[in-house]
Amino acid sequence: MKRFFELLRSVRRKRRVRTDGGTAEERSTLRRWLDSDIVQSSPFWLPPFLLMGFFVYAAIGWNLLLSLTEYSGFGDPDYGNLSLQNYWAMLDDPGMWSATWNTFVLLIGFTIVCLIVGLLLALLLDREIRFGRSFRTIYLLPFALSFIVTAQFWRWMYNVNNGIINQFIGLFGLGPYNWLGSPNLVLGAVIFALVWQFSGYTMIIYLAALRSIPNDQYEAARVDGASTVRMYWRVIVPQLRPATVSASVVLVLFALKAFDFLYATFDGYRPRRGADILATKMVRESFGRSEWAYGSSIAIMLFAVSLAVIAPYLYNQYKRGNL
Amino acid sequence: MSEKTVTTEEATATEHATSGISISRVGLYATLIGLVGFYLIPIESGLVTSIKTSTALQETFPFLPPLSASGITVEKWQVAFDFLAPGMVNSMLFTIPSTILCAILGSMAAYGLTLVDWRGQMAVLALFIAGIFVPYQAVIVPLFQFWSQYMQLGARLSFLWGLPLLEPHYATILELIITHTAYGIPIVTLLFRSQYKTMSEEMIEAARLDGASVWRVYRRIVLPLSIPMFAVVFIFQFTQIWNEFLFSLTIIGSTNNPAASATLILSGLGQSMEGTDYPLRMAGAFITALPTLLVYVLFADKFAEGVQT
Repeated sequence: MKRFFELLRSVRRKRRVRTDGGTAEERSTLRRWLDSDIVQSSPFWLPPFLLMGFFVYAAIGWNLLLSLTEYSGFGDPDYGNLSLQNYWAMLDDPGMWSATWNTFVLLIGFTIVCLIVGLLLALLLDREIRFGRSFRTIYLLPFALSFIVTAQFWRWMYNVNNGIINQFIGLFGLGPYNWLGSPNLVLGAVIFALVWQFSGYTMIIYLAALRSIPNDQYEAARVDGASTVRMYWRVIVPQLRPATVSASVVLVLFALKAFDFLYATFDGYRPRRGADILATKMVRESFGRSEWAYGSSIAIMLFAVSLAVIAPYLYNQYKRGNL
Repeated sequence: MSEKTVTTEEATATEHATSGISISRVGLYATLIGLVGFYLIPIESGLVTSIKTSTALQETFPFLPPLSASGITVEKWQVAFDFLAPGMVNSMLFTIPSTILCAILGSMAAYGLTLVDWRGQMAVLALFIAGIFVPYQAVIVPLFQFWSQYMQLGARLSFLWGLPLLEPHYATILELIITHTAYGIPIVTLLFRSQYKTMSEEMIEAARLDGASVWRVYRRIVLPLSIPMFAVVFIFQFTQIWNEFLFSLTIIGSTNNPAASATLILSGLGQSMEGTDYPLRMAGAFITALPTLLVYVLFADKFAEGVQT
C-alpha cells in the first residue's frame, strides 16, 4: 500500500516538472529540493531542535571546554590554555572518591529496591480489587510532589527526638538513631525516602506491562497446573524485562537528580558526611567555592555516568526501530 | 485510553481472580491498606504538625492530631503564606508559559520527525530523545555563565522597565521560561511521538496526495487528533516545571531575589540558629505543593498516562 502511494507521488512530481518544462534545469532541482520532505518538515522540527540543541548539546560542549581550563571565577575563562589538570586533580581528591562511591551506592541501591517494591505493588494490584484505582492513585501520589517538599516530610520522619521512625522502632526497644546525622545510616535513610517517592512510578510501569501480557498465557500456565507463585516467577516476570530496563534507566536519572532532596534535607549543598554525592559536590565546587573549572569536570563525570547507562539502552531501542 | 484499560482490567481480573472470599483475599486487602499507611503517613504527619501549637507539638505523637481544639493554630499557615505568596506568583509566571511553549514545540517536532519521511530523520530523533537523559548538572555551569555573563537579559531589556507594571525581575522569569522550554522539549517530543507513531500512515499519505501541504495536514488532521495528548502533556509538564529546583537555585540565585520561585523560598523557610521550625516548613510544603496536588487529584489518570509513556 505504502509503495503504491510512493509511486503515485513520484508520478505526480514528474508531471509537475514537465509542465514547468522549458525553464532552466537548475530551477527544477531547486523546486524539487523545496518540495522534498526534509525541507517541507523542517519548519516543524528545526526551531525546537535549535532551541533544545543550543541549551543541551552546545551547553555540554561548553562544559567540556570549561573543564579543560583553570577558570575559577575571575574575568573570562582562558580557552587558549587547555589541559587535563582538573581530571588529574580529581584522582588526588579524597572527597571525590567518597562522592563517587556514594553516587554508585545510591544509584544501584535505590534502583534495585525501587524495582522490587514497584513490582510487588503491581502484582498486588493486578487482580480483581475493589478501589484498585484509588490504591494506585495513593501509591503514586508522592511522585507528584517535588523533592523539596518530600524532603520536609522525611526530615520530620527521621527527627532524632520525636520522629516517627524512631518512635516506631522504639516500640521494639531499638534506637533512637540519628538517621540523618550518622555517616553510616544517612545514605540508607535517603534511599528509603526516595523509594517512598518513586516506587509508585515503577508500579505504574509494571502495571502497564502486566496488562499487556495476553490472557491466554495465564490460562496456559493454569492448565499446566502451575501454582500462582510459580506462574508469576516462570511465566510473567521474564516478560517484564523491557519494562524493567526502561524503568531502571529513568530511576537512575532520578537518583542522579537526588541533589534537590539532599539540598532540602541538609539546608544547602553541604550534606552530612556519608551523603555527599557527585551532584552535590559538583554544585558546591562551582557555586560554593567558585572552582568553576573543577566543578565542570565533575559534571562531565556525571554526564559520563548517565551516558554509560543510557547509551546501550538508546542504541538497543534504535536498532529495534523502537525510538 | 481510560475506557480501554477498564475493560482489559476487568477481563484479566475475571480471568485470574482467586475464587470467592478467602484468607488470602483478607491478607491482600490488609497489605494494600497497610501500604496506604506507608505512603500517606509522611504526608499526614506533615499536615497535623503544621496546625499544632508549640505545646501540642511536644505533647502528642507527630502523626496524631492535637488532643484538643486549643492545640490547633493556623498561624504557621499564615506566616508561610506571606513568605510564599510572591514565590507562588513567580512560579506560575514561568510554569504556565513554558508548559504551553513546550507542548506546542514538542508536538511540532514530533510531527516533523514522525509523520514525514526523510533520510537522517532517525538520527535527529535520537538526539531529541537522548536530551531527556542529560543530567542538569552537566549543563548548569554553562547555563549560569550564559544567563549571567553573556546574555544579561536584565540589562538588555532595561529600556522596558520604565513602563508601568514591569519590574527588572521579569527578565529572570523570562530566562526561566526559555530554559524550562528548552529542557522540556525532549520529553514532550517523546510523549507526542508515542502517539503519532500509531497514527495511520495511509490517512496522512492520502491527504498529501489530495494536495494538502505539510502544514495543512498538521493543522487539519494531526492537531485535532492530538488534543487528548495535549492534556496529558500539560498536566505532566506543569508538575515537572513547578517542582523543578536546580534551575531556580542557579539562575535566580538567592531566596531574596524578587524572582524567587516557590520551591526556592521553601528550601530556605523557617531556618534559624535555634534549629528548624518544622510546623512552618510543613505549612510551606503544603502551600508549595498545592497546585501540583490539585492537578494530580483532579487528573490522576491523565497523569499516570504521562508517567507510563
